[in-house]
Order: sequence, then structure tokens, then C-alpha cells
Amino acid sequence: MSVAEAPDRRDASGRGAAFSGAAGGEELTVVEPLIFERSRATRRAVRFPSASAHALERAATQPQLPASVLRRQAPRLPEVSELDMLRHFNRLAHLNHAIDLGFYPLGSCTMKYNPKVNEWAARLPGFAESHPLDPEAMSQGSLEIMWLLAELLKEISGFPAVSLQPAAGAHGELTGLLMARAYHRSKGEGETRTKVLVPDSSHGTNPATATMVGYEAVTIRSNERGGIDLEALRAALGPDVAALMITNPSTLGIFEDQIDQVVTAVRDAGAIAYMDGANLNAILGRFRPGDAGFDVMHFNLHKTFSTPHGGGGPGAGPVGVSERLEPFLPAPMPVLAEGDAEEVRRNAWAGRSTPGVRFALDDDRPQSIGKVRSCYGNFGMFVRAYTYIRSNGDAGLRGISDDAVLAANYLRVSLHDVYDLPYDRISKHEVVFSGRRQKREHGVTTLDIAKAILDQGIHPPTIYFPLIVEEALMVEPTETESLETLDHFVGVMRDIAERAASDPDSIRRAPTTTPVGRLDEAAAARRPDLRYAFPGEPRPPEAPSAAPTPKGPTT
Amino acid sequence: MSYPDDLRYSKEHEWVRVEGSRATIGITSFAADELGDIVFVELPEMGAALTQFGTFGVVESVKAVSDLFAPISGEVVEVNEALRDAPELLNSDPFVEGWIARVELSDTSELDSLMDAGAYATETG
Amino acid sequence: MTYSPHTDADRAAMLKAIGVALADDLFADIPASVRAGRWEVPTPLVEQDVRAELARIAGHNRIPEVSFLGAGVYRHLIPSVVGEVIGRPEFSTAYTPYQPEVSQGTLQSIYEFQSLICELTGMEVATASHYDGATATAEAALMACRLTRRHRVAISAGVNPDYRRVLETYCSGPGVEVVTVPVDLGEGGSGTTDAGAVAAALGDDVACLIAAQPNFYGQLEPMRELADAAHGAGALCVAVVEPTSLAILEAPSEYEADIVVAEGQPLGIPMSFGGPYVGLMAARMASVRQMPGRLVGATRDAQGRKGYVLTLQAREQHIRREKAASNICTNQALMALAATAYLTAVGPQGLREVAELGMTQARHLVAALTDAGVAERRFSGPYLTEVAVRLPDAARRHAVLAEQGIVAGYLLARDEPALADTLLLAATELTTDAEIERLVVALKETA
Repeated sequence: MSVAEAPDRRDASGRGAAFSGAAGGEELTVVEPLIFERSRATRRAVRFPSASAHALERAATQPQLPASVLRRQAPRLPEVSELDMLRHFNRLAHLNHAIDLGFYPLGSCTMKYNPKVNEWAARLPGFAESHPLDPEAMSQGSLEIMWLLAELLKEISGFPAVSLQPAAGAHGELTGLLMARAYHRSKGEGETRTKVLVPDSSHGTNPATATMVGYEAVTIRSNERGGIDLEALRAALGPDVAALMITNPSTLGIFEDQIDQVVTAVRDAGAIAYMDGANLNAILGRFRPGDAGFDVMHFNLHKTFSTPHGGGGPGAGPVGVSERLEPFLPAPMPVLAEGDAEEVRRNAWAGRSTPGVRFALDDDRPQSIGKVRSCYGNFGMFVRAYTYIRSNGDAGLRGISDDAVLAANYLRVSLHDVYDLPYDRISKHEVVFSGRRQKREHGVTTLDIAKAILDQGIHPPTIYFPLIVEEALMVEPTETESLETLDHFVGVMRDIAERAASDPDSIRRAPTTTPVGRLDEAAAARRPDLRYAFPGEPRPPEAPSAAPTPKGPTT
Repeated sequence: MSYPDDLRYSKEHEWVRVEGSRATIGITSFAADELGDIVFVELPEMGAALTQFGTFGVVESVKAVSDLFAPISGEVVEVNEALRDAPELLNSDPFVEGWIARVELSDTSELDSLMDAGAYATETG
Repeated sequence: MTYSPHTDADRAAMLKAIGVALADDLFADIPASVRAGRWEVPTPLVEQDVRAELARIAGHNRIPEVSFLGAGVYRHLIPSVVGEVIGRPEFSTAYTPYQPEVSQGTLQSIYEFQSLICELTGMEVATASHYDGATATAEAALMACRLTRRHRVAISAGVNPDYRRVLETYCSGPGVEVVTVPVDLGEGGSGTTDAGAVAAALGDDVACLIAAQPNFYGQLEPMRELADAAHGAGALCVAVVEPTSLAILEAPSEYEADIVVAEGQPLGIPMSFGGPYVGLMAARMASVRQMPGRLVGATRDAQGRKGYVLTLQAREQHIRREKAASNICTNQALMALAATAYLTAVGPQGLREVAELGMTQARHLVAALTDAGVAERRFSGPYLTEVAVRLPDAARRHAVLAEQGIVAGYLLARDEPALADTLLLAATELTTDAEIERLVVALKETA
């Protein structure tokens, strides 16, 4: 894209002081050099002790490494002082928007407040310093919290069994489909059930996961109400279908009001019903997928259960399963080896330990699909999620969904006159608008709108997803935003709609107050520069263009 | 919107220019606009046998990926090497400099199942 | 306690605007037959009670007084400054950087991470990270299948058993067959991948040979020979490395590894009972389009300012969908940032010191055990900071020491029956002379 004139870069966000001394309102200059560019030979931050003379003397009695395996040149890691290093990362931090700074209504991501007591808990030395292979007697606390979390997730979802092992939602999907396949194989139908059905509104991970597991993804259209088309689903179901993967509420933020019939149809056809649990924030205490007949669902601890997104992970994607899939869960599983489950739970909910209890890892699971990651899962996220669930409790969790749904519907009715609403019905926790009116009437796209939102210190909603909505704008406020924040957002959005009509160029020029403007993504993809080139080195070689790309493995 | 008269067009937004026993194929400006800035083209291999309406390559933009569907059957005799370093030719000149491949035609009657410029213009609104 | 700010007045205002009487009305579309009946979640807790609860459970863990346990997860110094960096809420409470203009902090730090991993491994391109070393290994195997269009993978039994299990699970998806190449486990043997078995395993349908350096037993493998063998059979070489060792050992690019993977936990990430960790992957630029995971690239804005963006996204699930190289969505960005901060904090000199101290103490340990007549090395040949030792009745003695708060490494018999009475002992820069002495004395007392 080209711009006729360089726009003023004024800092409306108030973060300007971080950039080379510019105060709020002054023009911003560029940003932060790479850490390599701050490097000066022999500078150091952290130092280590020397080995003792005794240790060196003892070590010298042992054979040394052959020269042939030794590195000839030290890696060119940065050489900086601790202060310079900290300033570098702090200045980088200043370039980010984050939940802790401002509104972040990214649909489908559930950008709710990440409570700090969760961090306190995860950092307890008893947890942080625990080695996964320590003797079980030393790891009773770690095993206990995993067992208790699983118990809570079972109660929340209605599934009789849970595995905490998958490291992310997509990883949970992989686990779920691997279990579906193992189930079908156990019934002698492993080779005949080759298809996985996904709605056209599905998240990209759904068909990608199907392919990773060697299935063919078949798309089922949505109906005019935004739910999966039941007749199309029934027509597609057959003895060659392994599973249906469906998000509920859907990616349109709408509850599948025929979900009972959907699940019945899928199970009647002998297939596995998989629920993508990304939108669980809408239905806590209202709908338990296990009760509704689903076979498997993945939780996103980093969405519903407030563990921080971290700029793109770590997350955690535990799965809940029905009885018929339980044998196939990943191994090992934390189990209660000694003690009465009912008593242990009762005591734990009352803050008491149960004498004589013993937890263990059960690796004797002959039908398990195996392991999907090393060790037992993203344990640090389990501590955070457990802390969160215990903090909120029964009333708090229900209240989360009530308030999340309330906030989303409030935004729906506050903006549906100025932005098209393709599915004009009660939403759940997120609402999907379309920017098509602005595009058709004023040539202002949803992308432009998103960039204009950036200038107001707010992260834009999710854009261009789901694919079935033209110029989609998916807004998920979550339950932790105040009414003033919501009203401010409404004001910003209404103003943008008005400016799209009266001064569309101002929207198309956005953003102008962020540290950088719109970046040339085409150049980044055409001539990839993916690592620092040290002085005197040639630029990294480019990715091959137009070389025939080999196809993936086939089953 | 009008498209070059001397070409035939497929529903999947590919075009064919017949040159004797051979034909040149590419994607239309409509397709290129839909994709946005094109960053990569997976060209077919020399000698590959294309089947009409079968996939023969992939085109990638920043935000989308699309299969290429052969508008006509034939054996690939030439590919546009310029696209390896300058995939953006598909955006700037899709009908001439941005040609993708040349094939030796196997069945000229297949041209009857393609549209002319006027029909394609109507099809794409 | 809850974190919702809404007062009754707030809720009333919203309900009025929406035009319903109760929040319940917004859930009327849930069919009655599937409405949740049971809800036996415990009651809420305020902060002091939540803290008491978590402290109660954490108190059931016993942190060893002395530990020589490694086996894939290592106890290293995490510099205080690392915690400060990843504790910054602008990093931890941000999302994946899909709006680059307000995500330059995350994006630039990932670019720096990619650069650091390339520098350590000698490879041309590194991803923004994977879940852990095991899944990175599995993804690398599938990537090798795509690149070579072959459907079998060979893996040395010297690779971490957990990784091999994960590989089997991942390969069961697309039906890729896994062949295990045995290790020479004989007493006084090399403890490395059996060369003859490698030759037998590599056929013209094998996409890659996966080997670890150092391997699970701490032994250094003949990586050049293994890579040559793989290449000779038209297969790729996937090297599973330990990141701190790369301060001392040659970069995998030197022996022409095609894909390099690793577990990044030793780089400033707490052991935390198994996770979150961070998987590293690096390869040649020529294979970048088949690499799974996120990539950050440098570019410019319209005014020529340098900036960073997620790039080559057309490989990924949100665009490619069923044709994606992998389904990976979340990476492990905050852990990658921890690794970046760690490598910056220690620098090249510090990383070398970490590796050398571990090596010194590992040799000191072997000398002390041998001199005391307590244990002998199980294998011959070079090792780095982890070493397998034989001692009679290892399991019982390990248990006795555990009662005393000493974890005498890892009992290898757990995974490999042929290695009964063998302990895998790891030393790091945190291993003190006093700890070594204590271990030796305690083991001697249990003889």
C-alpha cells in the first residue's frame, strides 16, 4: 500500500515517553534496536562461580572430550549488562498492547483478566521447583492438584473422565481425534470411517487436525440462523464418518439450539461427537457437554480459565471424554491410589487434607493412544486454573457466563444500527458483526476499521473470522470489563462508523498513533527475513519461490 | 469489468490462450484481486499431465491460499520461471506477464466447456 | 471471589438496553433436555483462603535437598532478571500478535528468539517455538515425511523414551511407521546408536533418522556418521539436541543435520513438574514452507520504519485449514521469551560456564563414585553433563536415599530392563562439591 503523505504520528495512548524520550503528544520516532545491536564484546549480565580446585582436580582424572565434537566458534549470543538487557525488554514491553493495559475484545480468544493470585500460586517453590520424574512420594502435591483439577473439570463439563496432557486447544483436538480413531479401530471400523465433518464456520484448527490424523475434512454448511444445517448434517452422516467437530456456542457466538438433535444424529450414525470447547465461557453452569451426549471436548485453560495468553502461549488443552472413549485417554493418568474419592473431594473443597491419601501416575493403560507431549502436560497452567476455579467457585463460574453473555448482548444492541448484524438473534458471549455496509458504501474494510480501533488504545476484535461472514468483526468483551469500558468501546465504534462515511481516508490511513504503521506483509512473505544477519554476513537466503512443494503423507 | 476477448475462462477463474496446438494458462485479475498481494506460486512440474478442472498448483497470498485448477488438459511444456522471484506479477499483469504455464493441448473440444470474456464478466458480476 | 466488575446497577442497565428481564432470558435457546442440572463445584474462596488452599497442596510436595535427577528436565539457575522480563504484563497478558502495530514487543522478541536458536544450532531458520522437545521431534519427523515423500521414520533408542512415545502417537495419525534403531547397551559398551542397526533400518522408504546429542544416557553419539548414513539412504537427519550443550559441542549444522529440535527448558524455564516448556525447531531455509509453527519476519511500514510481523502464515491452520503443515495454533511464546532473556542474561561466556561447570561436576562425580568403590560408569566413550553409572541393588538404594531427601538420579530400568542397576546422574552449574560428597557417602551407607 502507499500513502500520499506521511501522517503525523502523535501518541494518543500516553506511552510515548517510552520511546526515546518523546513525551505524550510529541512525535514518535522509531523503536527499539535488536538486542544484538546492543551487544559489546565481553559485557556480561549473570556470572557463575568457578569450579573449586578440588573439583577440577577430580575432573581431570577423567577422559576429556575429543576435539572433533567441540564447537570451533562460540555462538554469538548478545553480550550486554543486566541493566541494558532489562531496559531492552522493558522498552519492547512498552510496544505491546495487553489486557493489563486496555480493552482486548478479540472474539474467540476470551481475553479476560488474568488474576495475579494465579501467578503467586504457580510460583510457589513447591510447584515451580518440582521435577516431573521425582519419586512419587515427593510429588504428592503435584499429583493432588492435577487430580483435583480433573475432578473440577469433570464436574464443570459433565464428562466422567479428563486428561490434562494436551498442551493447547489444537493439541486437545489432536488428542480427541486420535481417540476417536482408536475407538473406531476397536470396533473394527478404523479403515472404513475416513471422514470428519466440520461446520463451515469452524476454526481452522478443526480441519487441520483432521488432516493430521489422516482424516478427510468435509464441510457442512450453516443454516440461515447461524447454526449447523441439520439436514445437511444428516445427509452427510454415514458409515464412513468418524466424527463431527462442532463448536458450541458456534464461532458466530450463537448457541446451537438443535444441539440435542445434532448429537443424537451423530451418535446414531456410529460417529464420535467432538465439541470444540473454545467458547465455554458462555455456558458455565448452563450446559454440560458430557450430559448432552458429546464424546469428547477440549477445554482451553488459557481462555475460559484465565491462564495468561503469554503473547501466544503457553496454554493448556485438557480433554473431557465419555465412558466409551475413556480407555483411549493419553497415559499416564494421575489417579487416587489410596483414599476415597468422595472424601478426598469433600475435604479438599473444605480446605482440608485427607490423611492416608496417596496419588499416583497410572501408566497401565493398554488401550491408550499413547502420549501427546512429554511428562504430564502444562502443569504450571493447571495450578493457575485450579486457583481460578477455587476462587470463583460455583456461583462465580455461573456468574462468569451470565456477565460475559450480558456484556456481549449489550454490545450487540448498542451497535447493530451502525454495523450489519448477519445473524440478528440473542448472542452468547461474543457477537459477530459485518463491515460489509462500510465496505460497499464507503470503501472502508473491516481491516481499516480494525486499524482505526488501534489508534484508540483498544485491541480490535477478531477480523475475517468466521469465514462465512463477509468482512467479519467478532467482538468478545468477556465478563471482566466495566460498563464504562464497554460504553467507551461503543463510542469508539460509532465514531468510526461515522467517520467511515464522512472521512473514509482517515480510517484508511490508520493507525497513526501506534509505534509503527501498517506493515508490508507481502514483502515479509515474498522475501523472508527471519533472523538477524550479523555485520558482514550476507542476508539470510530466501525461501524458495515456486519450487514444487511436496505433498503431505497419505494414509 | 471487461476481460481480454481472445481468452477463454473457467469458473475457477483461470484463463486459456490458445496458440495452435498449445495453450497458455493463468489466473484472472478477478482471482488475483480476491487473493490480495500474492507472495508465492507453486508451479507445476515440466512434463506434468494436467487434467481439465484438476488441481495443478497453489497460489498463496498474505491472507489466503488457493488451489489452481487447470482450465484445460495437456502436458506442461513450459512454466513461467519469472514467477519464482516475482509472484507479484500475478497481481500486476495476470493476463500477459503473469502467465503460469504452457501446455500441449490434448483435447481442444474442452474449450467448449469454458466461457468467453462476456460470459465470464457476467459470471463475476 | 470473582473478577467481574458489574454492580447490580450495571447489570440492570445492560438488561434494560438489551430488552430482557433477566440474564436467564439470554439462555432460553438452550434446549431444556440439555440444560445443566448438576453443578457441584465448591463454593467461592476469597484470596487469603485461596492462598491457604494452594499452599496446603504445594506443601505436599517435597523438594529434594540434593538432586542429581535430569533425564530430559534439568535444574539450572534461573537468573532473577528472567522472571522480571516474563513477569511483565505487556508480555504475559497479550495475545498472539495478529495485529502487529500493537504487538511489536512480542514480535521483535520472537525474532530475537529465532535468531538466537539459529545461532546456537547453526541452522538458517528457526520457528517461534513448539509445545516441548517431544512434540517438536514428532513434528520434525512428519515434516521430513512431507519433504521426502516417504512414509517411515527411524529413531534411535538413544532418544528420550518420552519423545519416542510421543512420536509413535503422532505418527499413528497419518499412518507413518516408526522403526526403532537399538543402542549398544552392553556393559562397557558405547551406549550409542548401533551403527550396523542403522544401516539395516535405513531403506528407500525412510524419511529421516532421528538421533539425540547427547543421547538420553548422556553419551555423545557419532552424529556425523549417523547423518552420513541417513543422507546416503536419501533420508534426512533430525538431531535432537540439548541447548546448553551447544556452547561446547559443535553446531548440528556442522554435521549437516537437516532439522534440529530440542527441549528449551534448560534455558531459564522452571521444572514445574513437567510444564510449560518450550520446543525448539530449526532447519534450512529451503524447507521453510514445510515447517510447522509460527514464524516472525522483519519488514517495514509505509514510512520505512522497521517492524516485525507473523509471516509465511499461509502454511498455518488459520489460512491453510485442512492443507496446513500442522494444526498448531498456540506456540509457547512466553517460554520462548524466557529462553531469549536467559540467553541474553548469560551471554556466550555464561552459557559456556554453565556447560563447563556441569561437565566438571559430572567428571568429579564419576571420580568420586569410582574412588569410593560405590559405582562405575556403565558405558565407555565421551559424555557431557549426564552419565550412567552401575551399582548393585540400585532401586532399593535409590529409594532409601529418597527418604533422606536425596534423589540419586533416574533409575534407567524404568524404561530399559537391560539397564537394571543403572542410575542416570545429571550435574549442572548448581551441583556443589558438598552435594557430590553427600551422595557418595549416602550411597556407600546403603551398600
